Amino acid sequence: MSPKTLYDKIWDAHLAHEAEDGTCLLYIDRHLVHEVTSPQAFEGLRMAGRKVHSPEKTIAVPDHNVPTTAGRDNPDQMPEDSRIQVAALDTNAREFGVHYYPVSDVRQGIVHIVGPEQGWTLPGMTVVCGDSHTATHGAFGSLAHGIGTSEVEHVLATQTLIQKKSKNMKVEITGKLRPGVTAKDIVLTIIGETGTGGGTGYVIEYCGDAIRELSMEGRMTICNMAIEGGARAGLIAPDETTFDYVKGRPHAPKGAQWEAALTWWKTLYSDDDAHWDKVVTIRAEDIAPTVTWGTSPEDALPITATVPSPEDFEGGKVEAVRRSLDYMGLTPGMKLTDIEIDTVFIGSCTNGRIEDLRAAADIVKGKKIKDGMRAMVVPGSGLVRAQAEEEGLADIFKEAGFEWRLAGCSMCLAMNPDQLSEGERCASTSNRNFEGRQGYKGRTHLVSPAMAAAAAVTGKLTDVREL
Amino acid sequence: MKKFETFTGIAAPMPLVNIDTDMIIPKQFLKTIKRSGLGVHAFDEMRYDRQGNENPDFVLNQPKYRETSILVAGDNFGCGSSREHAPWALADFGIKVVISTSFADIFFNNCFKNGMLPIVLPQEQVDLLMSDSEKGENARVTVDLDAQEITTSDGEVIKFDVDPFRKHCLQNGLDDIGLTLEKADAIKAFEDKAAQARPWV
Ligand code: SF4
Repeated sequence: MSPKTLYDKIWDAHLAHEAEDGTCLLYIDRHLVHEVTSPQAFEGLRMAGRKVHSPEKTIAVPDHNVPTTAGRDNPDQMPEDSRIQVAALDTNAREFGVHYYPVSDVRQGIVHIVGPEQGWTLPGMTVVCGDSHTATHGAFGSLAHGIGTSEVEHVLATQTLIQKKSKNMKVEITGKLRPGVTAKDIVLTIIGETGTGGGTGYVIEYCGDAIRELSMEGRMTICNMAIEGGARAGLIAPDETTFDYVKGRPHAPKGAQWEAALTWWKTLYSDDDAHWDKVVTIRAEDIAPTVTWGTSPEDALPITATVPSPEDFEGGKVEAVRRSLDYMGLTPGMKLTDIEIDTVFIGSCTNGRIEDLRAAADIVKGKKIKDGMRAMVVPGSGLVRAQAEEEGLADIFKEAGFEWRLAGCSMCLAMNPDQLSEGERCASTSNRNFEGRQGYKGRTHLVSPAMAAAAAVTGKLTDVREL
Repeated sequence: MKKFETFTGIAAPMPLVNIDTDMIIPKQFLKTIKRSGLGVHAFDEMRYDRQGNENPDFVLNQPKYRETSILVAGDNFGCGSSREHAPWALADFGIKVVISTSFADIFFNNCFKNGMLPIVLPQEQVDLLMSDSEKGENARVTVDLDAQEITTSDGEVIKFDVDPFRKHCLQNGLDDIGLTLEKADAIKAFEDKAAQARPWV
């Protein structure tokens, strides 16, 4: 048999049909659903008199619109159109009989945090959701990607997706990370290097010693942003770290099934002589705590750097940089550590898990946030929130002056009331720094949780290693 | 998708050229969570005044055209944005066929996805159908997709072209999902095999 990549292996195991023109039907093991991209899809089923093909493989949770403030069970807290979308999900989930975590359920949270937490996401699976950050689930060695609303309907109705195969790309992070450097810094550095289009047409497998050393949560942070690098999906081969994380989760296999699963999961790696269409190698030692200065995730630099000038770039990027510096209100040559911050957002499916909150709490413990700073922690799920309270992290945040919120997407995309106002500047642990992403004319600097916490304390972008 | 079957219905004349998707469904109705229910907003700005009262001059508001299922329209129908809300609104109103000399490309494709048949005919034949449709509810027109024929109220027969694959999809009520469901056996076979190989999924 010819050598295969991990992607090839998962693909082959899920190919339900291949037409002569190469169009494939890929079987989908898990379909995650949220309130924004699903209403028309369910409506489509209803109009055609169709059922959900596999309700037991379909998991719904509201996250994008939901308020993160107390008393949110009261629907009056939501603007009309948000309320309608959340109510529609509620109706659809119950009517079609899919698994469902309503806002009132402690397990509710961001769809990409809930899936792994509940053991829905397992190695070797295919996972889709009407959301681009579905890439997150690739951390388990599952093929996971975002889809559009008509595809949501297609998966609901058929449990398959019409697909063409992507190419294979390997991103290897060799060696060992230096202290103070996290998964977020790795992925920002990768995107800084490859650009937001570097992964277009590919499925990326992240590998190398530095990736192996990461916890599952760190791996999820990496795969989460595969999409910012343009890739269809990101993957990390499962290993003991993966199996330990999965074991005992509510929907993970048990007993003899666990053993059988484990046997297969252990075959899920890229063969030594597998073919790669593209390879990128980065030395872990070269990675510093990283921040973005512009309005594209590829505008990433070590915290020790200075704001670049448009002349440092070529082609269309020159104009783009000029525009983004103007939008961000930054001057070329200024030190990144001189950039003053007025808002800090810790949360999102990139960095809203318990380890992220621990890392941030570690920095703020016994300190206060800078006067006038608005800082908020939005746990990725109700369970993350509960655990953080149990561990005393919530108290650390509250005593430091952070707002301690309920779970949801919140200021990651500002679809609920958590938004930046015009000109406000935020150190954010989320994944997109696009114009207007966190609020009209709001300015976003993407950072790790520790770096966000440091900025909250000092009021500036700060090298966490010097705090 | 519902199968497209031979039917006889009322045709309404809309001789205006360049009827765009904004006219068919204005942007304030795009926030909906539904594809259905847009029929009442079809042609909103032509159909109602600012207070929401019906404009009695608008063709579809006239008693004889309330049950319209065929639109006979001026050139370049459906131009403008790609919003699928436009065919959703027409279909929800009850339109099954739109006849014109030309259509905007995206709208044309979107129609098929929603079970509607857009028919392109030469100017003279559109003119003939336009005058036939002016007779209102007395002018029942028959559309036979299988034979690819339109029969006017006077019994005159007009042939039309349609892409064979799209015809097949319409006649069998197939959209992408419908086509995939044609492979239900392959999917089922895969599921059986996968259930053996990976029973924990
Ligand atoms: S947290 Fe942000 S990126 Fe993640 S699913 Fe929500 S909106 Fe999307």
